[in-house]
Amino acid sequence: MKFLAYLVSGISLGSIYAIIALGYTMVYGIAKMLNFAHGDVIMIGGYISFLAATNLGLPTLVSVLLAMVVCTVLGIVIEALAYKPLRSAPSLAVLITAIGVSYLLQNAALLIWGANPKSYTPVVEGTLHLFDGQLSVSYVSLLTVACCIVIMVGLTLFTNRTKMGKAMRACSEDKGAAQLMGINVNRTISLTFAIGSALAAIAGALLCSFSPTLMPTTGAMPGIKAFTAAVFGGIGSIPGAFLGGILLGVIEALAKGYISTQLSNSIVFAVLIIILLVRPAGLLGKNTQEKV
Amino acid sequence: MKKVLAFVLAVVMVFALAACGGSSSAPAATQAPAAAAPADAAPAAGAFKIGSQGPLTGGAAIYGTAVMNAIQIAVDEVNAMGGIQFEFQSQDDEADSGDKAVNAYNNLMDWGMQVMVGTVTSGSGITVAAQAYQDRTFMLTPSGSSVDLIADKDNAFQVCFTDPNQGVGSADYLAENFAGAKVAVIYRNDDAYSQGIRDTFVAEAAVKGVEVVYEGTFTNDTATDFTVQLTAAKDAGADMLFLPIYYQPAAVILTQANQMGYAPTVFGVDGMDGILTLENFDTALAEGVYLLTPFSADADDARTQAFVAEYEKRYGETPNQFAADGYDGVFIVKAALEAAGCTPDMSSTEICEALIQVMPTISVDGITGEGMTWAATGEVSKAPMAVVIKDGVYVTP
Repeated sequence: MKFLAYLVSGISLGSIYAIIALGYTMVYGIAKMLNFAHGDVIMIGGYISFLAATNLGLPTLVSVLLAMVVCTVLGIVIEALAYKPLRSAPSLAVLITAIGVSYLLQNAALLIWGANPKSYTPVVEGTLHLFDGQLSVSYVSLLTVACCIVIMVGLTLFTNRTKMGKAMRACSEDKGAAQLMGINVNRTISLTFAIGSALAAIAGALLCSFSPTLMPTTGAMPGIKAFTAAVFGGIGSIPGAFLGGILLGVIEALAKGYISTQLSNSIVFAVLIIILLVRPAGLLGKNTQEKV
Repeated sequence: MKKVLAFVLAVVMVFALAACGGSSSAPAATQAPAAAAPADAAPAAGAFKIGSQGPLTGGAAIYGTAVMNAIQIAVDEVNAMGGIQFEFQSQDDEADSGDKAVNAYNNLMDWGMQVMVGTVTSGSGITVAAQAYQDRTFMLTPSGSSVDLIADKDNAFQVCFTDPNQGVGSADYLAENFAGAKVAVIYRNDDAYSQGIRDTFVAEAAVKGVEVVYEGTFTNDTATDFTVQLTAAKDAGADMLFLPIYYQPAAVILTQANQMGYAPTVFGVDGMDGILTLENFDTALAEGVYLLTPFSADADDARTQAFVAEYEKRYGETPNQFAADGYDGVFIVKAALEAAGCTPDMSSTEICEALIQVMPTISVDGITGEGMTWAATGEVSKAPMAVVIKDGVYVTP
């Protein structure tokens, strides 16, 4: 029973990582850049839905939708201002810019909303008690897992079946060739950011429902963990992000429960190193060979 | 240009040094009036000059003003009693641990301060205590809780608990009031404050026979999920949860424990203070949470109520823990001066040496603790006071 309880904890936490990792992997897979500001867009999403629900009294669903709209616009603006001018710059320059954007968002949030934490009201409340209350699963966790699966399937279908998705995959493989085929690369990448940021808003609402203290630094650490999850599963692979997130959460929970709470992070990252030694492209990553 | 500047600075320095030399005879009138508390007009000829410094402006101003306001109330009360008379001046150090702290201290010394009831914050306190140690000035900090403030300085004493002492206080309180409790501790092991309290708590718990059945840690990076620790604590049969952490992660723990249907008695330390002010926090979750705090404005003893009423009348707000520490500080100094038989014509150095001798021997009843005593190291020993949250306010259990 204890094992089941730890497993449930792990899956709940892992599905949060997974939903953030989906945003990372989506942008990386198509734009080939690491958007380190993703975690902070999540934080902005959390704040917007918090303010909409608490200060404006909007229903939960509407406030999350509003957060999605704001984050989508924010994602497009960030891409246009910070990343588009660097399209042909070395990837290291883009990476540093992304870190800069991350700090900009954190400090902007600090200026606007202050350092005092806010307590987020979960989007769904209540807990499912099983086995005479020995095992409890909160509805937030169930919702997160469900959202995760829906988003993963949706994104997979979108990139594989639609015309826009095809354009994205083309950009991912070769931007130059895609442009020659008449694909508007800039618009495709903007769309990728828009989708990634909309996902970030959903992730923000779910993350804050799970862990209700909302601060300007709320998104930073889960962002890094989710990035790890994305690498673990194979960055660029959508099912990989899901698998990586869940596994990371489960390993973390079991390590905390059975080995040591102090060592749990070390264990998680040790497992990551071993996986990457065996499979350098991650669990589901494709090992593409560059033609010289 | 540089030479002119150097010359001007040299001249200024000469005058400054000259002023230092004659500090005891320097008239108070030449000093700019203090920011918050104007020295009361016409103090009795034989009055001790007590000074204090703390942040009166800037981000931490709430603490500094609370202490100064409370000291002023205490000084007025002492003067009204007859007997020892006090004259009080405060200086703003903006909670800075560098120049501003030293400048504020020097201003007070120039004014002729004989005893310091400061500093308010630990950061400036560490700087000033080192200076005061060299000058042989007695200082009693109301609220500087750092161990470093009093370390290796025989002239520095504290009104508040040191951080690690809260662990001892909590274990003692649990041993006395929750005998037989099975305690789980969840603490942040990348934070000196939390780790320090946990270490002393566990050591004292072993001595007092408080059973610790589970210990879980988290770091700043893993402060989002506590369900594993809570499951393990529940599984270990813990009916008491000791949280030596700040209120932000504590709020997450309370929420997640509630979601799990796990309802242990939660016991926190002064970092828990603030949980009720967390924006949009469902205070029902904090119902029944105990926390160790030296002061509760709702305490029903006559002295606390008189102080709270006076503070509210003068400043229009409820005094916090810092104010209470400042208030007690004045009465502790009074008790020490009386015990040492000091007179206002003694120099600050003479008073310092005399007070160092008597501090470990006196016992003072204050609003932050009954029967406070001091070790020669400067640490206070007082019975821990705990409050419990009922209907969204602190009450004494």
